[in-house]
Amino acid sequence: MQKKLILDSKQLDITLSRLCQQLIENHSDFSNCVILGLQPRGIFLAELIHQKLKSLKLSVPLGYLDATFHRDDFRRRDTPARASETRVDFPIEGKEVILIDDVLFTGRTVRAALDAMISFGRPAKVELLVLVDRKSTRDLPIAADYVGKYVATHDTQRVLVELQAQGHKQNKIWLINNK
Amino acid sequence: MSKLSQRHLLGIKDITREDIELIFETADNFKDVINRPIKKVPSLRDVTIANIFFENSTRTRLSFELAEKRLSADVVNFSASGSSVKKGETLLDTVNNILAMKVDMVVMRHASAGAPHFLSKHIKANIVNAGDGTHEHPTQALLDAFSIREKLGSVEGKKIAIIGDILHSRVALSNIFALKKLGAEVMVCGPPTLIPKFISTLGVKVESEVSKALDWCDVANVLRIQLERQQLKYFPSLREYSLYYGIDKKTLDNLKKKIVLMHPGPINRGVELTSDAADSQHSIILDQVENGVAVRMAVLYLLAGATN
Repeated sequence: MQKKLILDSKQLDITLSRLCQQLIENHSDFSNCVILGLQPRGIFLAELIHQKLKSLKLSVPLGYLDATFHRDDFRRRDTPARASETRVDFPIEGKEVILIDDVLFTGRTVRAALDAMISFGRPAKVELLVLVDRKSTRDLPIAADYVGKYVATHDTQRVLVELQAQGHKQNKIWLINNK
Repeated sequence: MSKLSQRHLLGIKDITREDIELIFETADNFKDVINRPIKKVPSLRDVTIANIFFENSTRTRLSFELAEKRLSADVVNFSASGSSVKKGETLLDTVNNILAMKVDMVVMRHASAGAPHFLSKHIKANIVNAGDGTHEHPTQALLDAFSIREKLGSVEGKKIAIIGDILHSRVALSNIFALKKLGAEVMVCGPPTLIPKFISTLGVKVESEVSKALDWCDVANVLRIQLERQQLKYFPSLREYSLYYGIDKKTLDNLKKKIVLMHPGPINRGVELTSDAADSQHSIILDQVENGVAVRMAVLYLLAGATN
């Protein structure tokens, strides 16, 4: 198993700052915005973005969205995926929703998340922010609006996101060769 | 990733503590789903479920049907009255005919203990036991334990008294298995004629005085007297039963600590519980009903998801 470092702690911080600036560019004061982190791993990134915006005196409601029950691979894998908590304590009807996930791969999770999100209302607009966009691996016509880093990968490779919030020593993003 | 150790839910006796905990965690998420504006998820949209009820039921059947519909499953209902069972068809033939119409799961209630176990040896579909005679009623026990966990934080170490007709109750037996597996202390209480002789071999305390049971417990799960299953006279009269074993609000208020009052329904008001007790602050009877849908969604989801 080979590991290649894509982003280290410092680079990640710069990337997050840039993503926040891009969000500010499009949403200025975030008056009609909400952030939804996708369970299970997107929530940590969503927290980081949320904190960074807060340090810039910008407050945006933050929620967690779990799309497990809306996945299209149910009964097509050996075991059902384990569900996580959904916490959306605010209305999303008419809002601009920023969906946040760590890695964009096939796009199927995002499709399921869009479905799950509609259960809470009809947003005015939905945008997608991802830390890592794996190029040319999409199964569905889905693209991110904000991307931390583009990475060209094969199906056999895996992107591993290690964040301090998940209990790791340092923030590090790896590309892993399974062969 | 997570799945149950069994393909069917026939009884609590057959499943592990890990299974029960997985069902609870999944049910937490479904409880959230059924409290949303849109109470439905598409998980089981390509699954067909037959609810086969050879015995009467309102709550359980409705609860299963709602759980199935909230998961987007296709549902067919079957009840023994008005069916070919009356014309002499065997259980296996009836079920095989239903399965020939491409049904993936069967939820069955039957008056004979072991009927779903028998069926599980002969058919491919997943089976959920919705009550078999006086044997087990696993989903009721799961929702009871889930409700205790929700109310008191956990089941481990809690003292639960099951009060009433233990002899004829499948709810009692399934509850004992579930609560013991989750680390609770269990006591059964009722007239000695309605307590099975060897029940203490299951590791439960036996008490014949209801006031002592109430003093001891954190949770009282009160059961109905199942007159329809009693071929003999086990006690002189319902009035006398009510006098000695009925629970009223005054008794509950006079206890040293506040206990939780549960009942699997249907309640015979004025027999095992007075109306003021059933509707009091102590009671979580309607929470149990709400949790029933979430717990059954979890069971169906986990069983359906592990088939391939």
